[in-house]
Amino acid sequence: MKYLDEYRDEALATKIVHEIQRATTKPWVLMEVCGGQTHSIVKYGIDRLLPNEIELVHGPGCPVCVTSLEMIDKAHAIAQRPDVIFCSFGDMLRVPGSQDDLLILKSRGADVRVVYSPIDCLKIARTNPNKKIVFFAIGFETTAPANAMSVWQAQKQAIKNFSILVSHVLVPPSIASILQSPLNRVQGFLGPGHVCTVMGYREYEPIAERFRVPIVITGFEPIDILEGVLMAVRQLEAGTYQVENQYPRVVQRAGNRIAQDLVNQVFEVCDRKWRGVGSIPKSGYKLRYEFREHDAERIFETKEIDTQEPEICISGLVLKGVKKPHDCPAFGKQCTPEHPLGATMVSAEGACAAYYAYGRHLEKEQADAAAV
Amino acid sequence: MCLAIPGKLIEIATDANGVRMGRANFGGIVKQVCLEYTPEVQMGDYVLVHVGFALSKVNEEEAARTYQLLEEMKQLGELETPDVNESDSAFFNDPSPPIAMK
Repeated sequence: MKYLDEYRDEALATKIVHEIQRATTKPWVLMEVCGGQTHSIVKYGIDRLLPNEIELVHGPGCPVCVTSLEMIDKAHAIAQRPDVIFCSFGDMLRVPGSQDDLLILKSRGADVRVVYSPIDCLKIARTNPNKKIVFFAIGFETTAPANAMSVWQAQKQAIKNFSILVSHVLVPPSIASILQSPLNRVQGFLGPGHVCTVMGYREYEPIAERFRVPIVITGFEPIDILEGVLMAVRQLEAGTYQVENQYPRVVQRAGNRIAQDLVNQVFEVCDRKWRGVGSIPKSGYKLRYEFREHDAERIFETKEIDTQEPEICISGLVLKGVKKPHDCPAFGKQCTPEHPLGATMVSAEGACAAYYAYGRHLEKEQADAAAV
Repeated sequence: MCLAIPGKLIEIATDANGVRMGRANFGGIVKQVCLEYTPEVQMGDYVLVHVGFALSKVNEEEAARTYQLLEEMKQLGELETPDVNESDSAFFNDPSPPIAMK
């Protein structure tokens, strides 16, 4: 247990690990949904502290990773227009589309700007009245309140030169989609703590009931994740399938109602294509018709985009929990964070990038060499 | 980018457009924060902030632990993106050099 001494509360971590060992009598596969949890698990080696029977597979919870290639290409087409100032979170700059990334477009003269918050785009819009300001609105439910407020305020303040390119994704439909897949191995979930800060966790209850899977809303600290695993394992061993909240110090069942209300006023649910996964019904947000003047997809007609993903990449299977990063022949070789081939390597929160960042590609090379 | 970062509210004000805004201190970096979703928060409170929006109030101990974890996981990079000031948003043509904010 070489990692335990890195934990803030080593004694508590040891105690929970022992409790997990005692509780486990059968093999179980758990999925952590959020990319932040994946990052924490790989950094602190949490998966290696668990009994061999417990396997953690990594979920689709990185919005940068799952933004579809079509949408990224669309963003690039808009960003290259001379009348546009294209604004984005920094994470999206290096995500490759079919041809380039936003940083390359910027170096060729496109006006691409990194913003901390979508609300900053309104200031850019006011000071650049002759330009069209477009914000690349990606994210899960955690980011939706910010993007909704930027459009709501633009409408209220009559800022007509501001629009957003919406590529919002939703967690519950993606969980349901994973569970419906014939390849599914996942038997329990660690739910996303900060998504549920906004949305609460009522919408997970029908999923737990329908698919008979325990869902434990879990935080991000190593101790949180160990506790989430223990709660999920206890449910699996007992044959129960409820939504439990490991993270009550931050998450309430109802979530933030004020934020939910504004999100529902500005956005409506739509089908959404996920990079590496494909289209999932009712798994995204789009702007409501009343806000069409701020909808970049309506304002900028982009021609049909023909995208191509590298055939070798297995990111779709990684996102569904069917494969692990080191199952991919390209992992750490042709595919690295500097030259990502697919969804799970394009952002630091993707499972492949997390494995790479903490040296697991080197372990694979050693294992491969030993096998020869 | 999907994680919220805890900060301490050091200023609350309503801006010219009637939006409840504030400034929060994140381990020494001070940033503007929209408080429309957290009407209950007051000066000195700790809030979980995601891309410039306070989403919930947390206690001081929780804030400190979460901040330390995010720091260890190198998940605080977004705080280095400067806020946009309307008077000088031209500098955003080149966001690369750090800008000393007032």
